[in-house]
Amino acid sequence: MKESDPILEIENLSASTDNLPILKGVSLTVYPGEIHAIMGRNGCGKSTLSKIIAGHPSYNITNGDIKFLGENINSLEPEERSQSGIFLGFQYPIEIPGVSNLEFLRVSTNARRKFLNKEELDTFDFEELVKEKLEIVKMDHAFLSRSVNQGFSGGEKKRNEILQMALLEPKVAILDETDSGLDIDALRIVASGIKKISNAQTGIILITHYQRLLDEIKPNYVHVMSDGQIIKTGESDLALELEEKGYEWTDNFIKET
Amino acid sequence: MVNENLVKDVVKEPYKYGFVTDIETEKIEKGLNEDIIKLISQKKEEPKFLLDFRLKAFKKWQKMKEPNWAALGYKKIDYQDIIYYSAPKQKEKISSLDEVDPKLLETFDKLGIPLTEQKKLTNVAVDAVFDSVSIATTFREELAKHGVIFCSISEAVKNHADLIEKYLGTVVPASDNYFAALNSAVFSDGSFVYIPKGVTCPMDLSSYFRINSGDSGQFERTLIIAEESSSVSYLEGCTAPMFDTNTLHAAVVELIALDDASIKYSTVQNWYAGDEEGIGGIFNFVTKRGKCLGKRSKISWSQVETGSAITWKYPSCLLLGEESIGEFYSVALTNNLQQADTGTKMIHIGPKTKSTIVSKGISAGNSKNSYRGLVKMGTKATGSRNYSQCDSMLIGDQASANTFPYIKSQQPNSEIEHEASTCRISEDQLFYLQSRGIEFEEAVSMMVSGFCRDVFNQLPMEFAAEADKLLALKLEGSVG
Repeated sequence: MKESDPILEIENLSASTDNLPILKGVSLTVYPGEIHAIMGRNGCGKSTLSKIIAGHPSYNITNGDIKFLGENINSLEPEERSQSGIFLGFQYPIEIPGVSNLEFLRVSTNARRKFLNKEELDTFDFEELVKEKLEIVKMDHAFLSRSVNQGFSGGEKKRNEILQMALLEPKVAILDETDSGLDIDALRIVASGIKKISNAQTGIILITHYQRLLDEIKPNYVHVMSDGQIIKTGESDLALELEEKGYEWTDNFIKET
Repeated sequence: MVNENLVKDVVKEPYKYGFVTDIETEKIEKGLNEDIIKLISQKKEEPKFLLDFRLKAFKKWQKMKEPNWAALGYKKIDYQDIIYYSAPKQKEKISSLDEVDPKLLETFDKLGIPLTEQKKLTNVAVDAVFDSVSIATTFREELAKHGVIFCSISEAVKNHADLIEKYLGTVVPASDNYFAALNSAVFSDGSFVYIPKGVTCPMDLSSYFRINSGDSGQFERTLIIAEESSSVSYLEGCTAPMFDTNTLHAAVVELIALDDASIKYSTVQNWYAGDEEGIGGIFNFVTKRGKCLGKRSKISWSQVETGSAITWKYPSCLLLGEESIGEFYSVALTNNLQQADTGTKMIHIGPKTKSTIVSKGISAGNSKNSYRGLVKMGTKATGSRNYSQCDSMLIGDQASANTFPYIKSQQPNSEIEHEASTCRISEDQLFYLQSRGIEFEEAVSMMVSGFCRDVFNQLPMEFAAEADKLLALKLEGSVG
């Protein structure tokens, strides 16, 4: 692999759930250092796209390929995708009662480290690492001793997602509406966290409805999705135009195509 | 969709204690009548009061009916088709462990319970029971220095007859229920513990019950007495070979705590559960009850139930002493065609008594897991409190869970709180863990351990690790 080779290539991807087609031929390529934004109405297939990249078992790929670092990953298990460096930041992070957040983060981090042939961390070494990463999202140490996401506020859950991203150091992160439910301060913390974690070797896909996240993290490309397809791709000013004119404006593109 | 087969594989784990020890045994003929009971009593060289106790119990049992109120279904038990006494043949009187048949020592070694002087567990004294008799008890001299008596109940009958006569059957009377009556008539061996006044038992005490014969029942009897201001932690483990017939296990455990005494009784039950089609396995009908006789006394039951084809078990507390405390912490896991009807009874009699119930039922496969519990506040139980929490977890879509709480209060100045919940390991939770690089099996196991955390926290350290491992084993699949 060369450094300029794409991290993620989605080629003409179609997928369905319960025989209902959701994605209808999506193509998207992410190169190192790039930030892509995907926007679109509710139900256009944005979240589905993110789940399929992460390997959610509820969806069947009916056509097309997902390639990660040049390899087809269509049939990989979700855990294999995560271990190899794909990260999905959940729109609604799941609560897991009884499972300590700290232990969850440690097992998860070690699964990735094992894949990278790095030494797995014991409780003490992991404490050190996690302390450092908590800084990035300005989270209190107390969150570690609670059950995974249980009783967390919306903002705390989202910060916990970014903490996981910081620990896993993925090659590509798909962040599904990470900005929803955040107040302005929390949004800034999350956005600056994402910027700190990403670098010239990583790719980011931001799924969002709003311009305000994109004010903080400027995307290289903006894609507009509708009815399971990307109907328009532009640079960051496309998002501003969209903010101004609304999704109705994009309906014209569908008529055009 | 969560892959159903994968879930099925994950909860399937071969039983690793299923071996049979090839040893010459002394068995009496099948069947139950007065002569058999006299024979058992004679073999054990018992005093007359005990034979009378047995015969009285037998008379009561004959008039009783097998209970059928539990949410259990099983083939009728033929009580005349069971051998009521089976013991490995060995030299008449054993004075040291060197004289124990090496095959028996090997058996317990294999079960992870080494008994010999060189290998015995540190910090835990063990009473090993094989079929109907106790084989060996470790650390006896050490315990004797503190005045603690820890021996088989047969020995206690010989050496401490006064204590046996005073306490046997005072917590669970022979007429208590069908299986208790049967046990009272035919009980063979079990453990006896006596903690004198003011003594904190210097180490954990443990009994390990091993059923080896396929056609004999096991009827053990355990009696623990904690005198004023004493305390003890007692552990119990059990396994059995794999047979395609069902073996009956009907035990009685009685605990007595006097003023300021505390008894902690922990069980990890892993009897053979039968195969996937429900063939074989232990029928486990057990009466366990503790009496908080003294003021500020405390009895705490914690159990991890993973084995047996049928489990019928309700470790209970009679809270007589003022400010006495009863606790019940339980994890019951059923898989394949296992059935469990288990819970507790907290009977508040004295004032300012307190009880806590935390029950976690996990049902997988086609199994059926019921919690059944009674909380009763008597007329004198002013200012008493109970808190109950009963949670069920379902794995797959064929398993079932029930909760039957019975609440009776005759005392307006008391509090009873009951919480219940049912959850399923959801596809979303599994996907979340998997999308963080955690393998499917480990994800299931993490969630099950998480679900049981409140109970595991109550187990003694060594036991908690064992219980966690046991559940993980039962849930670990043949995959990979």
